[in-house]
Amino acid sequence: MNQPLLQVSDLHVEIATRQGIVRAVDGVSLEVPAGEAVGLVGESGSGKSMTLKAILGVLPPEARVTAGEVLLDGIDLTALSNSQLNKFRGPKIAMIFQEPMSALNPVMRVGQQIAEGPRVHLGLNRAQAAERALDLMRRVGIPDPERRFRSFPHEFSGGMRQRVMIAIALSCDPSVILCDEPTTALDVTIQDQILRLLAKLCRETGASLVFVTHDLPVVAQVCHQLAVMYAGEIVERGTVQDVLTQPRHPYTLGLVRSAPDVDHPRSSLAAIPGSPPSLIHPPSGCRFHPRCPFAEEDCTVTHPPLRLLDAGRATACLHSERCLQAETQTEGADR
Amino acid sequence: MGRMTFVIRRLLLLVPTAVGVTIIAFFMIHLIPGNPAQTILGIHATPRGITILDRQWGLNRPLASQYWLFMDRLVHGNLGQSLFYGVPVGGLITSHLPPTLWLICYAAVIAIVISVPLAMIAASRKDGIRDHIVRAVPLLGLGMPAFWLALILQTTLAVKFQLFPVSGYGTGIGGHLHSMFLPALVVAIALCPVVIRSLRASMLNVLGADYITTARAKGVPGLRLFVRHVLRNAVIPAVTVLGINIGFLIGGTLIVEAVFAIPGLGNLMINSIFDRDFPVVQGVALVFGIMVVLVNLLTDVAYATLDPRVRFDR
Amino acid sequence: MSAISITGQTGPPESAPEATAGERAQPRRARWYRQPALMAGLVIIGLILMAVIAAPLLTSYNPDAQNLNATLSGISAQHWLGTDQLGRDTFSRLLYGGRTDLQIAFIAVLFPFCLGTILGSIAGYFGGWVDIIIMRLVDIVVAFPFFVLVIALVFVLGPGERSIYIAITLIGWVSYARIIRGEILVAKRQEYVLAAQSGGLSNVRIMGRHLLPNVISQAIIYAMSDIVQDILAIVTLSYLGLGIQPPAPDWGTMISDGQNFLTTHWQLTTIPGLAVVVTGLGLSLIGDGLADLLRPGQS
Repeated sequence: MNQPLLQVSDLHVEIATRQGIVRAVDGVSLEVPAGEAVGLVGESGSGKSMTLKAILGVLPPEARVTAGEVLLDGIDLTALSNSQLNKFRGPKIAMIFQEPMSALNPVMRVGQQIAEGPRVHLGLNRAQAAERALDLMRRVGIPDPERRFRSFPHEFSGGMRQRVMIAIALSCDPSVILCDEPTTALDVTIQDQILRLLAKLCRETGASLVFVTHDLPVVAQVCHQLAVMYAGEIVERGTVQDVLTQPRHPYTLGLVRSAPDVDHPRSSLAAIPGSPPSLIHPPSGCRFHPRCPFAEEDCTVTHPPLRLLDAGRATACLHSERCLQAETQTEGADR
Repeated sequence: MGRMTFVIRRLLLLVPTAVGVTIIAFFMIHLIPGNPAQTILGIHATPRGITILDRQWGLNRPLASQYWLFMDRLVHGNLGQSLFYGVPVGGLITSHLPPTLWLICYAAVIAIVISVPLAMIAASRKDGIRDHIVRAVPLLGLGMPAFWLALILQTTLAVKFQLFPVSGYGTGIGGHLHSMFLPALVVAIALCPVVIRSLRASMLNVLGADYITTARAKGVPGLRLFVRHVLRNAVIPAVTVLGINIGFLIGGTLIVEAVFAIPGLGNLMINSIFDRDFPVVQGVALVFGIMVVLVNLLTDVAYATLDPRVRFDR
Repeated sequence: MSAISITGQTGPPESAPEATAGERAQPRRARWYRQPALMAGLVIIGLILMAVIAAPLLTSYNPDAQNLNATLSGISAQHWLGTDQLGRDTFSRLLYGGRTDLQIAFIAVLFPFCLGTILGSIAGYFGGWVDIIIMRLVDIVVAFPFFVLVIALVFVLGPGERSIYIAITLIGWVSYARIIRGEILVAKRQEYVLAAQSGGLSNVRIMGRHLLPNVISQAIIYAMSDIVQDILAIVTLSYLGLGIQPPAPDWGTMISDGQNFLTTHWQLTTIPGLAVVVTGLGLSLIGDGLADLLRPGQS
């Protein structure tokens, strides 16, 4: 297989605040092969959204990329100016946001917002862009597109708005689509529809996905690869199957255990104790150690690097075999 | 709800206010200490003159009946007779209206032209040096007497450097634009502090919004982003602010017209005050009041036109 | 700092420091002397007030004293800012004029403040018909441009100080009424009001001792800009000859007296105007500073 389509190497994003420098993304590396969906999982504040925004260059003004590179088709996006980046945004790489109500321009008609990308990037005139927009609206399953073209965002329901956002993202045929928790703000029943739609569209267009979420079952439904983020770092990586069935990092183990499972009901929900760490002054050594049930002396001192276990499988835990033991123990107990 | 219904509803709500405006205008005469007719006529008062005025204004009738007389005349476009000129007040007002309207519109345009770029500069780098400068300037403007600025500009630019006419309205569109530039500039400068502040605030609001991030993520280039996304949303509250401050605008034109001798309503009012021409003063005040009410209506309509969310609620 | 200012969005806080335990919380109210705007404003107004109050100490000239031998003299050691066309010392007129204008403006703002606060409280607290009537009245008065009404009323009542007070009071109360009413509408739902009511306290007592102290701050902030507006109105009326009557010294009259000499002796008109601008600046700074102070985190 040749070079991955999107390659993030050692990305660092810092945010200047009154209390100090927040290291939102602290050395994240990611590879997204063509046509595959990579999930990025973690709690709020783990840096997942910031990673996506850094890739696209739409960070808020207080945040900056301080190190690392983002290679798309071999070109480093972090080295480009904003106007140069604009040529990539849309045709090569696009993003779907979490809150479709606030992410759509309230005074602009929906059809125009979908058509804007093609007009700007593909040089289509108004009529052609409108045609394309109508076509996209049909593909994402918006009923009665001719009438809906002239509607405003507030006239749509949440699920419909998210379909509009998907249409916008697809409008210039990008090869990579970044998804920032696209279903979190939606009802559970709608979530499923949107996820299926996303999966189907990616299969049809061959686009790669980077899917950020804090919801494990969602990731399982859509993605092939999975990376787990904690406190601005990637702590585990592998295929979705491997990571979720045999987690090799205590944090992942905690996430898996705390996800409610309809098929194996437990008497109480297991939660990860403690709260997310400060990103200004992270804990010494392994950042997870204050909340880790397997923490040992060396965990407080050494900052563990992400090390390869097998092909495509990596973990940042010094004692990852403890997770294997714990998992087999639990399985034994459940039976 | 539809725009037509919206407008009609707003119009109906305005009727009580408009009526109230007429009541206040009507009532002014009764605030005059002593016998109104006598005080108005002042040193020219003769017993016969007083009786004539009394009868003309119905001052010897009960209050309600006086108001009825007033409204009856008003509805027929009769605002009384000017004591000084001896012609109907309505005619005086109509002839003096155009220059004032010109001045108001001209000043509003200049104010927008000055404020939008300044607000944009300030909002694009919040808390930077440029932001602080732009925020400091309105503080000076808030305390500046309009007539003082008018005098200074008039003396330097018109008298000394002879770039503009010292006074007057000019003839033809070009003449108007030239003659009225200084007065409009003064009024605009008086208005700017408020407009800059609110534009900056609403721009900051918009700049931080999610849909701007979406537009950036779409790769929308700078100018298009600014005009179709930022500005389009930021003007909505600014239009309201401009509309609310129409009273302030009109008050500014009053004194500026006096300094620059522009034959508008403000100048008419001030001269009539000096001439003790009460009916004219009352008439102009009434017209100004109705003007404000109408502009408020226009502002509401403009707001509904610009913001699609408003139209469809309720 | 809230998450909004960090990420610039209104989305969920992503990397907000206060999502973490163990970070020290920001002090809730900034110290008032640390607000630069407020301090600058207080300094400016303080200096002006001191100069104006200490007028007899700073100048030996009587502001009305004419000296026809020394008319229109420029800046000199005897007359720091020169003299006007009647030989009156400009510096002295500036100081004493400031006394007049500032005194009237500060007093003039009190009546609308009180009247508006009372009416606004009644409207907000009791609601119903009283509220509707008072707010209708507000709408009507607001429909007139402030200065148009002021000048019409002063015309009708006759020029002079008394008319200014009456006119400003009759027109100026509306803004205070609106502000106080708005604040009270929100505040009266608070629990301490319910507690006071169930304790059987009279409405007047509740309004006066419980609600008002909490809502008055917005009115005070507005009062700062209102004083500026009043000063401008007073000075403009005096310029027209309808306000402070000569020979009482006043900045507006000074501007009017000096306007014929702008090309030759520009300081006669320029200096009093600058005095108004600087006073306005100081008061606006105080108003802004107070506003920042009373709403932390929102600049």
